[in-house]
Amino acid sequence: MSDAHSDDDKTPKTTADKAAETTADKTAPVKAAPDKTPSEKASDQPPSARTPNGVNPEKDLSASNLPGQRGDQGEEIRVQHGMFGANNGGDTSGYGGLVRSIRLPGEAVRPYGGWFDEVADELEGALEEQDLLPENAITKTVVDRGELTFHIEREHLVRVARTLRDDPALRFELCTGVSGVHYPGDKGRELHAVYHLRSITHNRLIRLEVSAPDADPHVPSLVSVYPTNDWHERETYDFFGIVFDGHPALTRIMMPDDWQGFPQRKDYPLGGIPVEYKGAQIPAPDQRRSYS
Amino acid sequence: MTSASPRETTEGAVYTVTGGDWDEVARAAAKSDDERIVVNMGPQHPSTHGVLRLILEIDGETVTEARCGIGYLHTGIEKNLEYRTWTQGTTFVTRMDYLTSFFNETAYCLAVEKLLGIEDEVPDRATVIRVLLMELNRLSSHLVAIATGGMELGATTIMIYGFRDRELILDIYELITGLRMNHAYIRPGGLALDLPPGAVDQVREFVKKMKKNLPEYDKLATGNPVFKGRMQDIGYLDLAGCMALGVTGPILRSTGLPHDLRKAQPYCGYETYDFEVPTAETCDAYGRFLIRLEEMRQSLRIVEQCLDRLAPGPVMVADKKIAWPAQLALGPDGLGNSLDHIKNIMGTSMEALIHHFKLVTEGFRVPPGQAYVAVESPKGELGVHVVSDGGTRPFRVHYREPSFTNLQAMAAMCEGAQVADVIVAVASIDPVMGGVDR
Repeated sequence: MSDAHSDDDKTPKTTADKAAETTADKTAPVKAAPDKTPSEKASDQPPSARTPNGVNPEKDLSASNLPGQRGDQGEEIRVQHGMFGANNGGDTSGYGGLVRSIRLPGEAVRPYGGWFDEVADELEGALEEQDLLPENAITKTVVDRGELTFHIEREHLVRVARTLRDDPALRFELCTGVSGVHYPGDKGRELHAVYHLRSITHNRLIRLEVSAPDADPHVPSLVSVYPTNDWHERETYDFFGIVFDGHPALTRIMMPDDWQGFPQRKDYPLGGIPVEYKGAQIPAPDQRRSYS
Repeated sequence: MTSASPRETTEGAVYTVTGGDWDEVARAAAKSDDERIVVNMGPQHPSTHGVLRLILEIDGETVTEARCGIGYLHTGIEKNLEYRTWTQGTTFVTRMDYLTSFFNETAYCLAVEKLLGIEDEVPDRATVIRVLLMELNRLSSHLVAIATGGMELGATTIMIYGFRDRELILDIYELITGLRMNHAYIRPGGLALDLPPGAVDQVREFVKKMKKNLPEYDKLATGNPVFKGRMQDIGYLDLAGCMALGVTGPILRSTGLPHDLRKAQPYCGYETYDFEVPTAETCDAYGRFLIRLEEMRQSLRIVEQCLDRLAPGPVMVADKKIAWPAQLALGPDGLGNSLDHIKNIMGTSMEALIHHFKLVTEGFRVPPGQAYVAVESPKGELGVHVVSDGGTRPFRVHYREPSFTNLQAMAAMCEGAQVADVIVAVASIDPVMGGVDR
């Protein structure tokens, strides 16, 4: 959508900033990928001095040639062993010893670029006015692919959402519902609830992300702030088992009322039966080789 | 209300959900005045847009409480996507809201392209054809909305008109994609294949015909006193209600707010097309009908601009590690890999063979991260939240379906109104259960 990251690249940086960034990036040697947008190419900084914020760190392919490697940046959600889904018994692929860490984009540092700083400043200011320290509520801010994400402590979610909705400088009046994501490898933060908030007044879109451990899958409900989340939270409860505390009637919405388990969790099998095609047995989709 | 209590059996826990609740409802109904009853409409009622169940508590002719029962068409598409490659995903998402296939496909592909960071590399021709198909799709979706909406009022002529004109569009789809519905034509990185010969002429022919046909709806319905009597002030939902309930699309625009993602957050180059966003101030079903009619005229304008812009060129990104090797051609047994392509990969180019094999069996990898892309579907904001863990399959795909979100407004529109108006209000929401349940 908005190409905030290209604005970000043009912002002049002090030498001190550059030095700090260079040291920060030293651990992950990066080279410029050929598919840079023209504005990024025009940047006169050496590639290694560029901040990870705003720029898709993925484009800075690191020493490891495997796509999708983030070096030491970002947040590890899983460690992958081997390849081709060969994990039961003899691995003949030759990739059995491969160890890869799967990393999501990590925390961004200021400036975030474009209107992102404005929103972050306003939000922090508004939270301070309510005697809530922003660093207690916002655990992490991520800028990736031109999108701004605030990771919110779950106990402060309702307050943050209400602030985002009501503050005249923020005015995120439309919530597009909640999307659950299950990261079984992200210990202690297995279940994520992701909200996208749209401001029609300011024509902006931000993302809030809340996590809960598998052992205590509770997230406060946003129905009191955004009534539209009524069905969306029921859907996320239905599929992921995230319990939205304070929801007026948290029941299953898609699956039958007496359904056992939460179908879109990663440990829930897809199901299916092998099919015969021209004499060969084609295994069910979740039994096929996965390459991941 | 008592909650359902589990009962252990040899087959596992059994929950009885019918017992307590309905007894209580029945008792309460018996105590109050005799006219108040609970009526089940659906789940298979001809005027409930597919398998939608409406639970209405009525007092005489007045609806005092209205609830929806959904989930009858849940097919687990989002879960299924996690077991296929990124490219195979379009085959699934096109089946969600089956009346707006091209919007589902485009939104998904835009999100995957955003994750890949190749938004700028998608060829212009592919983008123009995407816009062309989306606008034709807007026409066909609105035609069904108007046609079935009319049928639910008892106006069968408008139903015949709507499906007659939609058929013309389905013929174009069939010519271009090979299928009338469920196309899987738009792929991450571009399109499955280029327009076939004769497609542009047929679309031009259609535009000419549609320009003649569209005024017929005006003549038949817009000024019709019976039509207006059934639709005006029905299904009322004002701006505050829309914002609270997350309602977008024609319903939001019927409150006078010209919010359209094609203008607000342009994608696919919509900022370069000349069109208007119609609004109404009435907040009712009639206003939504007028908006849909006007949007069809605007879509025709965009279609014409697309035709003028179509310049020869590739329809898939140049990167051979992403571009699906879809050199398709019509053979004696239908559409398949072209013989030239097979000759190339089997006889001449080892590299092309490797790419073909890798992409078809394994697929391409998408860098880890998440993206949200929203397009303006005929029903409102269609948002796609895609998460990748760096693998060859989506880690999670979530569709924010406008039908699903808008259907929540049914209670707000219907409670306090007449039973007959429920049908009109639901029709003005234009929900498609394939999209609601996914």
